[in-house]
Amino acid sequence: MADTGHPVLELTGITKTFPGVVANRDVSFSLEQGEIHCLLGENGAGKSTLMNVVFGLYQPDSGTMRVNGREMAFSSSADAIAERIGMVHQHFQLVPTLSVLENVVLGAETVRHGVLDMDEPRAALERLSADYGLPIDPDALVGDLSVGIRQRVELLKALYRDADILILDEPTAVLTPGEVDEFLSTTRELVRSGKSVIFITHKLREVLAVADRITVLRGGEVVGSTVPGETDEAELASMMVGREVSFTVDRGESHPGEKVLSVRDLRVLDNRGVAMVEGCSFEVRAGEIFGIAGVEGNGQRELVEALAGMRPVDSGDLRLGGRSLVGLGPRQIAELAVGHIPEDRSRHGLIAPFAVSDNLVLNQYHRSPFSRRLVRNRIAVESHAAELVDKFDIRTPGISVPVGQLSGGNQQKVVVAREMSRPLKLLLVAQPTRGLDVGSIEFIHSQLVRMRDRGTAILLVSAELDEVLGLADTVGVLYRGRVVATMAAEEADRGRIGLLMASGVEAA
Amino acid sequence: MTPGSVVRTPRWPRLSRTRTLGVFYVFLGLVLVFQVAPALSEERRRFLFGTGSDSVAWSFQPSSVTVTIGLALILFGAATFAERRLGRFVRGGLALGGVLGVLMILVASMALSPTKSTNLVPLFVQSLKLGSPIALGALAGMWSERSGVVNIGIEGMMLAGAGIGFVGYALMNGGSGGLPLYVAVVIAVLAGGLFASLHAVMSISFRTDQVVSGVAVNLLAIGLTSFLRTQVLVPLNADSATTLPEISIPLLSRIPIIGDQLFVAKPIFFLTFLLFGISAFVLTRTRWGLRVRSVGENPHAAETLGVDVIKVRYQAVIIGGCIAGLAGAQFSLETVGSFDDLMTNGTGFIALAALIFGKWRPGSVLAASMFFGFARALGVRIQLLNVEIGGFPLPSQFLQAVPYIVTLVVLAGAIGRAIPPGAVGRPYRRPR
Amino acid sequence: MTPEDRPPLVTTYQRLAPVTVPILAILTALVVAGGAVVAAGSNPLEAYWALIDGAFGSWDRLATTVGRATPFIGTALAMAFAYKAGLFNIGAEGQILAGALAAAWVGTWSWLQGWPGPVLIVVVLASGTFGGFVWGLIPGVLKARTGAHEVITTIMMNFIMALAAAWLVNSLNPVILRDTEVSVARTRPLPAGARLPELVSGTKLHLGLFLMLALVGLTAWVLEKTTFGFEVRAVGTNPEAARYAGMSVNRTIIAAMAISGAMAGLAGAGQVSGAEGHLSPGIFVNVGFDAIAIALLARANAYGIVPAALLWGALLSGAPLMQQRAGMSTDLVRIIEAAILVFIAGDVIIRYLFRIRTPEGTDGP
Repeated sequence: MADTGHPVLELTGITKTFPGVVANRDVSFSLEQGEIHCLLGENGAGKSTLMNVVFGLYQPDSGTMRVNGREMAFSSSADAIAERIGMVHQHFQLVPTLSVLENVVLGAETVRHGVLDMDEPRAALERLSADYGLPIDPDALVGDLSVGIRQRVELLKALYRDADILILDEPTAVLTPGEVDEFLSTTRELVRSGKSVIFITHKLREVLAVADRITVLRGGEVVGSTVPGETDEAELASMMVGREVSFTVDRGESHPGEKVLSVRDLRVLDNRGVAMVEGCSFEVRAGEIFGIAGVEGNGQRELVEALAGMRPVDSGDLRLGGRSLVGLGPRQIAELAVGHIPEDRSRHGLIAPFAVSDNLVLNQYHRSPFSRRLVRNRIAVESHAAELVDKFDIRTPGISVPVGQLSGGNQQKVVVAREMSRPLKLLLVAQPTRGLDVGSIEFIHSQLVRMRDRGTAILLVSAELDEVLGLADTVGVLYRGRVVATMAAEEADRGRIGLLMASGVEAA
Repeated sequence: MTPGSVVRTPRWPRLSRTRTLGVFYVFLGLVLVFQVAPALSEERRRFLFGTGSDSVAWSFQPSSVTVTIGLALILFGAATFAERRLGRFVRGGLALGGVLGVLMILVASMALSPTKSTNLVPLFVQSLKLGSPIALGALAGMWSERSGVVNIGIEGMMLAGAGIGFVGYALMNGGSGGLPLYVAVVIAVLAGGLFASLHAVMSISFRTDQVVSGVAVNLLAIGLTSFLRTQVLVPLNADSATTLPEISIPLLSRIPIIGDQLFVAKPIFFLTFLLFGISAFVLTRTRWGLRVRSVGENPHAAETLGVDVIKVRYQAVIIGGCIAGLAGAQFSLETVGSFDDLMTNGTGFIALAALIFGKWRPGSVLAASMFFGFARALGVRIQLLNVEIGGFPLPSQFLQAVPYIVTLVVLAGAIGRAIPPGAVGRPYRRPR
Repeated sequence: MTPEDRPPLVTTYQRLAPVTVPILAILTALVVAGGAVVAAGSNPLEAYWALIDGAFGSWDRLATTVGRATPFIGTALAMAFAYKAGLFNIGAEGQILAGALAAAWVGTWSWLQGWPGPVLIVVVLASGTFGGFVWGLIPGVLKARTGAHEVITTIMMNFIMALAAAWLVNSLNPVILRDTEVSVARTRPLPAGARLPELVSGTKLHLGLFLMLALVGLTAWVLEKTTFGFEVRAVGTNPEAARYAGMSVNRTIIAAMAISGAMAGLAGAGQVSGAEGHLSPGIFVNVGFDAIAIALLARANAYGIVPAALLWGALLSGAPLMQQRAGMSTDLVRIIEAAILVFIAGDVIIRYLFRIRTPEGTDGP
């Protein structure tokens, strides 16, 4: 496309509010032809909202948007697509029961005599696939594809619609370090062929590696713009958070004690009956944080659920201080002094419409003093809640407020408070800081270290490699349901772990 | 499907579903060979196909046929344990076993009846004719549910079609045929569509729970049609109106034995099959069909691609309602020529059962509907044959219950798994 | 997970507003149904006045109203209890029939006849409760063990029970439960000792009313104060979190469905033992739908069910007088009931019409 002198996309003064929340306030942003413009910000900064405005999924309360110099008001994504804007969503927007080809043509179908024509789109898809080096089987059912391939389908969907402006929303969150590098080079390839890219992320390293320009969003507002040559990670981090942050967890040396958890040759099936954990063995000691690194979908969820008694063990052994956990349910395991901070707090960890106080006794409601002879003791529940709210600094209007009304960080604090308020031998922690702001992340990290220092064995599973490396005393890499390597934190470097995450083997 | 779906940790049985069914077949076969066969009389019975000069007859001895069927079932059941080696044969065998099971019911009925011979052609034709309104109702449900909207209001939409269509007919010319009759069919279709739009407005726009909305549609249809009957039809005294005329399909109606029974029938009966053909084509081969499927599985994905989820759901639900209205017209305007309270008599719910049994796919849904039609037809035939078990007549209710029991068995996962469309039951909230 | 991913049942329940919305829904429904009256050439005010007069105009009429409401309390309570567990029990019709059938059958056992009245009544009610329990247990087990959706399974169970009852009560060869001394199809009458006493003679108001009211209090207490009630509500609101918290989701689902069925069964037994004295198949047709409407009108609140059921009873008992005076078909009340359900279920419509705000935190991105 010829240089027309104005940006391909220009947002001026965009404001978007939801009941009770200002997601974007007076945001201005522009994208030049042929650049990669990174939109950086921590969780909840309003990046996705802004891009959903650009893509026509949300309508802004005020502000203007220009595409190739012309003012636009999109009422649906169809309008955005017509202006050649394409978006790869953070949560893939695919129909699992349809084929790759059907997913690609959906909404942009070719019709001949009233009947769907699939031949022409198939040829077009194959052409795109070859041009950009994105191999794909057009007839595979999307539901059968791996996460990495699904992302490829998402990208092909946008390219099939001739998108010139591509919005990539946290595209690397589900990829291995190796796949990330590959994806970044694909992105550069796209720009070379004339596309313009908005790259949304909260990962500083990627920003510096790929961006032509960087805009930082905080609390729904633009706090600054810069280019990679003129900045570094520390500066970006403080722009993003609004104060100096180190991103390193302040923790002393660990003093591992006796073996608490031992996992031997474990095999666990997922809901479809596929073995997601197989031949998995490792040990966690008292007073250490054992961090599990690995690409999502390599059995992390099934492993933690099996340890917590929420999923049956197919074969193998789990022992807590010599006692087998196989065949026990969640309650029995919890009663052996095992805590569990689940990966999806709103789905597993909390009952949103229930009061904060009820959520704080969710797994102890049936025990004395919270219940006597099958009748609940409200007074005991409430005094317990008041104590924890105070101790864990849970910001809530009151203990009888539905927990769903708290912010994400405070909801997670409720889960953390509940699990850490009793003496534990073992704490299972999955994705403890997903979707949280930096302040809450720091709080939760410090609490984990505090538990460790009191002698609890902690199993930490996180998709954020930085989190694992920052917290763990011992790192295990999970690949296809197996811990393929275990190493002390000092020996763990990104390159080595990245390779293990991607291939399951050390470099030759 | 709808609310509060529980994610269970299934304890995967060591015995696969196929093998469970296989064990059941073997058991059934043994019962047939050792228990049923000796109890049946050795007297020969005859199945007739057609009457008069071109009829064909099959004369058989019930006990030996039973032994044969029993042995076949044992064979097919045992085959499931050699699934790896036999491959596709196993599934074919299980399906054939099902057909033999139906044949067994016929054979046993004959053997238990004092009658010596019976004509199967009318039974077959009757199955299709009784299956037709079930099939139309199920088709109505299919469109709605494939787009992601649970529809337990089919019964109400059918009743509205039957009632309002007939009221229109009675008001136009007191039910004496002619053009008003055809206009009345159109009114019935529109009435079904109107009640479906109520369901659509409630469940799509106002995001009411879809089950509740369906219940409301049913209650409203029951109330309104009963009210109209007493207020309008009773004073008009319209209770023996002219119904839709039979039409005869050229050439096909001259096929020997079945032609004059199957291809000489009333128009909505023929329309059933036509509508299924069209629906299957539209669902799989057109743009709109693809969009309906996507909206029913993952509306958010469809929305990001510029598909108007709300509009597609409205269209699918209302088209479904129109089809249900046509099914209603089949009762009052095609078959009976009058309207009674609760005339559809639960057909809409059997249709729902057929929809599940047919796993939301047009071909299977049609087959399931016809199977349920067969159960109804057989119920009638068994009464006529005076079939007796243990000295007492076999209650017709037993066969009437077959569709419901089959559906429970299917839902329990005993015969294949019924997996509904992914987004069915979940209201869609458009992002703003 | 965002709020829209929560089960819609639960969000409907959460949106519970004070009593204003239900009352406005009833009034709107009356206006809408009034349209039908006008269209039929009558005066809606006259018709409604006759309806009210017929339902409350004298002590006997009032007693009839309360008597008609009695079984609705039990069935709506059954619906509401299952609803709290996240289950949509559409099977009240089958369960009440199962209960009534069991009561009608056990009540006529000859060897029971010499027993003292109170014992006999307890036996009859217990068998009815058990009948409903079993008929609720089956869909509960199917849901818990195989995931079969309770809406569909309970509809199927309704039809199976209706057919079973039709066979058991109608059959003349062999005679199973049928009373051969009367020409209509119904079961043999219960002996006097097995009958719940009438409260107002000549009406169908019987002691079962107090039984139902006690059940209301018991249900409210169990749900709000006991650990089991906490489990039921937790499973109903977020089954996965309940499982994480160590509750047995499957057991709770089975228990909730079975208890729900038992409540409906008790209501059925109460009708047989109290109001009717025998069972005619078909007397409970559409009771399940009514139960849904009443439970929703009461916002699944146990105490709220009492006035909601009374409204239903009043509509049914007032209808004949309305027909007599205003020439309106009694089926008009069916339209009113359906319209109430429409406006209650689609409470967004009422909130929109009357500009009532949806509570905080239920709307948004």
